[in-house]
Amino acid sequence: MDAILLQILNGLDKGGAYALIALGLTLIFGTLGVVNFAHGALFMLGAFCAVTVNKAITLSAKVRDESVTFFEAYKDVPYLEMWLGETGSLIINWSIPISLLVAIPVMLGIGLAMERGLIRHFYKRPHADQILVTFGLAIVLQEIIKAFYGANPIPQTAPDFFSGTVNLGALIGMDLTYPTWRLVYFIFSMGIIAAVFSFLQFTTFGMVVRAGMADRETVQLLGINITKRFSTVFGIAAVVSGLAGLMYTPILPPDYHMGMDFLVLSFVVVVVGGMGSLPGAVAAGFLLGILQSLASMTEVKEIFPGIDQIIIYLIAMIVLLVRPRGLMGRKGVMED
Amino acid sequence: MAKSTVTPRSDLTLFLGFTLVVLAMPIWLQPFGAAYPDLMQKFAIFGLFAIGFNILFGQTGYLSFGHAAFIGVGSYATVWVFKLMTMNVIPAIIFGTLVAGIFSLVIGFICLRRTGIYFSILTLALAQMSYNLAYSVLTPITQGETGLQLSTKDMRLLDGAVADGAGIPPTNFFGIEMGAWDGLFGFYFCAFFLIVGFYISIRITRSSFGSMLRGIKTNQTRMMYTGLNTRPYKLAAFVISGMYAGLAGCLMAAVDPLAGAERMQWTASGEVVLMTILGGIGTLVGPVIGAAVIKYAENIFSAIDKSVLVDLFSFLPDTLGTFIASVVSLFVGKGWHLTLGLLFMLVVIFLPGGIMEGVDRIKRRFFVKSRADSAE
Repeated sequence: MDAILLQILNGLDKGGAYALIALGLTLIFGTLGVVNFAHGALFMLGAFCAVTVNKAITLSAKVRDESVTFFEAYKDVPYLEMWLGETGSLIINWSIPISLLVAIPVMLGIGLAMERGLIRHFYKRPHADQILVTFGLAIVLQEIIKAFYGANPIPQTAPDFFSGTVNLGALIGMDLTYPTWRLVYFIFSMGIIAAVFSFLQFTTFGMVVRAGMADRETVQLLGINITKRFSTVFGIAAVVSGLAGLMYTPILPPDYHMGMDFLVLSFVVVVVGGMGSLPGAVAAGFLLGILQSLASMTEVKEIFPGIDQIIIYLIAMIVLLVRPRGLMGRKGVMED
Repeated sequence: MAKSTVTPRSDLTLFLGFTLVVLAMPIWLQPFGAAYPDLMQKFAIFGLFAIGFNILFGQTGYLSFGHAAFIGVGSYATVWVFKLMTMNVIPAIIFGTLVAGIFSLVIGFICLRRTGIYFSILTLALAQMSYNLAYSVLTPITQGETGLQLSTKDMRLLDGAVADGAGIPPTNFFGIEMGAWDGLFGFYFCAFFLIVGFYISIRITRSSFGSMLRGIKTNQTRMMYTGLNTRPYKLAAFVISGMYAGLAGCLMAAVDPLAGAERMQWTASGEVVLMTILGGIGTLVGPVIGAAVIKYAENIFSAIDKSVLVDLFSFLPDTLGTFIASVVSLFVGKGWHLTLGLLFMLVVIFLPGGIMEGVDRIKRRFFVKSRADSAE
């Protein structure tokens, strides 16, 4: 029982990442009707925002190491530590939360630039063309990152405050130690999801967007510039998946093709949840994340070897064969 | 190609011209520095792959993102025949293609229940699943990361055991080794299949089956309203193109007897999509041209490294030369994928019909211009 609960917990952070990417994909798909194969690249770019900020604030000078007296030794001391002392090291330690502040405007900018510069010209083109052009863009983005940061994963550390583990089972008398940062990630992803939903549900802007998703033409006839709102939505979706990638860096060291790995799975998540359904995307994200980590238990693997590698795809096939529209899919979406 | 003047005669000319061009490759590719067997084999194999892909994507309108899986299955099956039965390539190729066909029947049966984007994602997911399986659970069959290789200890029931101390026997076609004639035999072997594949694709395009496929692409709903069950046609197209891919995989294994899971990765599927698009979707020769261009460019670009570039720009002032060289070096050598991605985007944005459309446009402009000239 403990083991199962623990695996469910382990699935939550991965599920959170899937849910956030799938949420962004669905937002873009529901509003603009565009299938964005470059969405995984946005996730990766977000992660590299963290890497860049970390590099920037740990810019170091070589300083003579006084503790070594036998010979001349030098060590790297970040400028921030030299100037600000203790506060400096604290800032460096908290580089990931700090990079959140940087990543939001950066990802918004990248998202808007992508929409204005490229995606906008593909609204009326067939879905195949949209897939292909965004696939090309994803390759380009990831190769650029590779050219700058190399091909090796770059490990990032969470702030000391969140390191270590918490015992979640203490309250119910069980032993469930769980890495703190994964818990933070889960709470963070729930927070973002709640924010996106309440933005769509409780603001005028969100209301217009929802109306546009339901019937674009009528909204336009009412004299609302829906295209402009939709490109903002694209920007928001870019921010959501960028932040998902950024916060994921302490769990998985970012490398240039992490986006592609997540993208394929997120598409499966979207299909399982039902194309165009936001709650479906979130539910399917967590569901598949948890199922994946349950399948990687040794007890399960003994019965079905290799099930952890394919469980997500198996579920996707079964869902599509039994409920072709996905778990919460709406009628008439993508059924040309 | 889409002109109204398609007659059996023009098809025959096209076919004969194509055959001639392919067979003469070792001669006319010489000035391009591409006339060596390894590269020409790639042209032929990937040309075949792209022709098959075009039958599904170009004619039927279903964009599959998982076709590389069939290449992998074909390769694995072929190498197993080499290991267990004989080093003669013919049984291996027949068996490999059949296995790929059966595999594509299963995949197609599942994926074709959905259309459009769902179909693309499903094929992508299934191919990725096969890739993961080849790396993990199926390691006894696929040898996982090392890839499936021949060894002297294999049974080879028909060939008999290898004498002690002798190396692994080479793959052969009834005694003629693939590497014979300075490697040209391997090329002509692949070229034979390319030409046969091309002929079949002409016949399919001109048949009523072909127009049925194009009808599905144009308006599937209308096809169904006329009382047709489109499923068998789609499935047949999927299996045919899967078998083409399988055959391409078999040929890969025949000229170089090993098989690895990386052939099944989804970027490999993306590459064949690019070949087809670059050449011209739905045209007959386009995919082959696209495949040749991509493989040629890959060969040229990935061979260039920074020192070559510095030499190339040495006529410029020093700092400027190094600067340009370092910028350009992002796009060549290991950065070749960046060029590939850019090419992908540029073709989709500006030339959705690919090279064939470009040729058509130029022809039309030239033609219209000359008519205008004569009118003056």
